[in-house]
Amino acid sequence: MKDEQRVGRAAFLGVSVAGLSSLVWGRTAWEAVSGLLPESVGRVLPQPTSGWRIYTVAATMPRIDTATYRLHVEGLVRRPISLALPELQRFPVAEQVSDFRCVTGWTVENVRWTGVRIRDVLAGAGPLPSGAALSFVSAERPYVDSLTLEQASLPDVMLAWGMDGRPLERPHGAPLRLVMPRMYGYKNVKWVERIVVTREPVVGYWEQRGYDRDAWIGRSNAA
Amino acid sequence: MHWVHASAFLVLLGSGLVLYLPSLAAEIGRRPLVKDVHLFTALAWAVALVSVVVLGDRRGLRATARELDVFDADDRGWLLGRRAPQGRFNAGQKLNAALTAAFAVLLAVSGVLLWLGERDTRFRFDSTIVLHDVVAYLSVALLAGHLYLAVVHPTTRHALRGITVGTVREDWAREHHAKWPTDAQ
Repeated sequence: MKDEQRVGRAAFLGVSVAGLSSLVWGRTAWEAVSGLLPESVGRVLPQPTSGWRIYTVAATMPRIDTATYRLHVEGLVRRPISLALPELQRFPVAEQVSDFRCVTGWTVENVRWTGVRIRDVLAGAGPLPSGAALSFVSAERPYVDSLTLEQASLPDVMLAWGMDGRPLERPHGAPLRLVMPRMYGYKNVKWVERIVVTREPVVGYWEQRGYDRDAWIGRSNAA
Repeated sequence: MHWVHASAFLVLLGSGLVLYLPSLAAEIGRRPLVKDVHLFTALAWAVALVSVVVLGDRRGLRATARELDVFDADDRGWLLGRRAPQGRFNAGQKLNAALTAAFAVLLAVSGVLLWLGERDTRFRFDSTIVLHDVVAYLSVALLAGHLYLAVVHPTTRHALRGITVGTVREDWAREHHAKWPTDAQ
């Protein structure tokens, strides 16, 4: 047959190479394009780089009864304490709007968090001078992560019970999650049921699997 | 080859949606299990495709690949909307095959990168998840068109018989695939 062209293989190779090269430019391009679209169009389109994704590591997602829930504060403290949710809510209420950035490449911008600053929670237990770090133990075993006391004292770190004006929902870690917007999402432990004051930061769940302990956004995890 | 790919795609799509959509993820949970289903299906898919090529009718597959690869003047005319006689595969089917194969490569590569990136941050790229997700959306769109033509559209849906039973009516083949040699029909 005259005038034959290998269009099939050209299409296959072209699409493959273009797609693979997008590993370099994909995110930038997607954000540029979605920035240009009117918001009404953007809302109905799939959003691979924004919008929550719910990551869990255990077989079942914790379901915690708010009525009986208690947050335990223990370890290197003068007096271990436990606080029910209403007690946590009697502390000065912390509110902030911050972005949530996942290490896998998606971001949720302008999340409104309501909760309590960590120093208020610690005060009643009285951390000992030897305590320099906090472990946040999740009800989702074996998930745990840690911050140094210094990191936990940054002004935008909190334990949140509310998100976007509503009580925190189960997939987001109800009734209480850690919010550390300057670090990637895996530091933001969900379903926190225990804060342990330690000498050194413990190696968290993902950190045992190779991720950085100091998970500063843009400055860690080979970013 | 067609059904290995189709069944693996559907399982991967189902488990992928559970991993991806917050409402499904919260409803079903069991993320480690769903992740394993997704990973092992992908592995089984790759092994099955290689087996089909290694153990199957390689001459037939090569001939089919060539038929899919080569576009002549009639094919280009057909794509421009002209009525032009088509071979065993029309130009749309050829393009569908090329895109499906490219999408499979892209999903496989980005999937392996996601898997590796979870284990070693040197393999972690900001755009991997964009590539995996966007190609998944495109694959669903392509599949939707493919299914419409194969199952719903009245003049083309007879082709479903070709891929399930292996034969098609001669008069239908003459009408839609005029350049397909009759002895092959």
